[in-house]
Amino acid sequence: MEIIKIGMADLGVAKAPSRLRTTGLGSCVGVVLYDSIHKIAGMAHVMLPESSLAKGGELTVGKYADTAIPFLIDQMEKAGASTRHLVAKLAGGAQMFAFLGNNDTMRIGPRNVEACKLALKDAQIKIVAEDTGGNCGRTIEMDATNGVLQIRTVNQGVKEV
Amino acid sequence: MGYFTKFGDFQFDVLREIGNIGAGHAATALSKLMQKEIDMKVPQVSIIPFDQVADCVGGAETVVVTVFLRVEGDSPGNMFFILDMDSAKHLLHQITGIEKDVYEWEELEVSALHEIGNILTGSYLSSLADFTQLNLQPSVPALAVDMAGAILSYGLIELGQAGDVALTIDTAFFEGNEKVKGNFFLIPDPESLPILFRALGVPFDGN
Repeated sequence: MEIIKIGMADLGVAKAPSRLRTTGLGSCVGVVLYDSIHKIAGMAHVMLPESSLAKGGELTVGKYADTAIPFLIDQMEKAGASTRHLVAKLAGGAQMFAFLGNNDTMRIGPRNVEACKLALKDAQIKIVAEDTGGNCGRTIEMDATNGVLQIRTVNQGVKEV
Repeated sequence: MGYFTKFGDFQFDVLREIGNIGAGHAATALSKLMQKEIDMKVPQVSIIPFDQVADCVGGAETVVVTVFLRVEGDSPGNMFFILDMDSAKHLLHQITGIEKDVYEWEELEVSALHEIGNILTGSYLSSLADFTQLNLQPSVPALAVDMAGAILSYGLIELGQAGDVALTIDTAFFEGNEKVKGNFFLIPDPESLPILFRALGVPFDGN
């Protein structure tokens, strides 16, 4: 069994029995997609809601919700998954520093979650589980064998969705 | 990478000096609070991929106590004061006499740590403002106890819109017997760097 580590603004695809893992999600959102027929999982560590926020330079597709999700779907199809079987789970999008909430930058967590939902809706992918918001960091691990997503936080231990 | 690549040794020296002055003042303030000697390491100025930013405090999943503030004004950026859990416990004991297990903190303890963080980050920032003659104002500082990766990523949101790397000025400090150790992190917004250099009379044609 291999654990594939997904970094910030990165994405990746795994086939059973491999797992995908990303650590320390704060305002970032971990989007996981799963095709249970072909047992293929995908994960993106989204940092910002829209690629229109990019100020010049090279565009890192995995960084923005609106570019990461279509690209991840594409990568999964290349690996043998079929889009109509895909379901999604979301984790992250927290607001780590609660009372800075009025500032637009600090509200980035909820904005990331909204943007991910929009991109998934556009791709007609159903969200089957979600653990978003709040004010805690999360580490997530996805098992490509069964599509179970493990979510670990500092204060609430581990849960599976 | 943008203009980070255009930095020469001189620019790096100047940024290290910023860390030296800011953290130096903050360390003095901490030393007064604790009535103990505080030592400081040479500031590290690094240009690192986002993923590795949390590595200098033990990795993305390490639980840390952090006071975060946004620097506003002429040269915006993000500032973090970071302690590992044991250090926070010792610091709390040293300053307030409160001795409690790290997972049993209540409002009073958290608020004491928050206030210590305020004093130290404020001291860093005001010495930096004096030194550069720039107008730098702190936001209301916020405290979080959580995974380092989740916390530090807040300092990368502005940078994330411009690239995939961060310039960090990291100054580690420690009390004589290393019972209390921590880091001051300053992550200037990319556009703040030329302003800092100009204020200090450092030649830079990175634009």
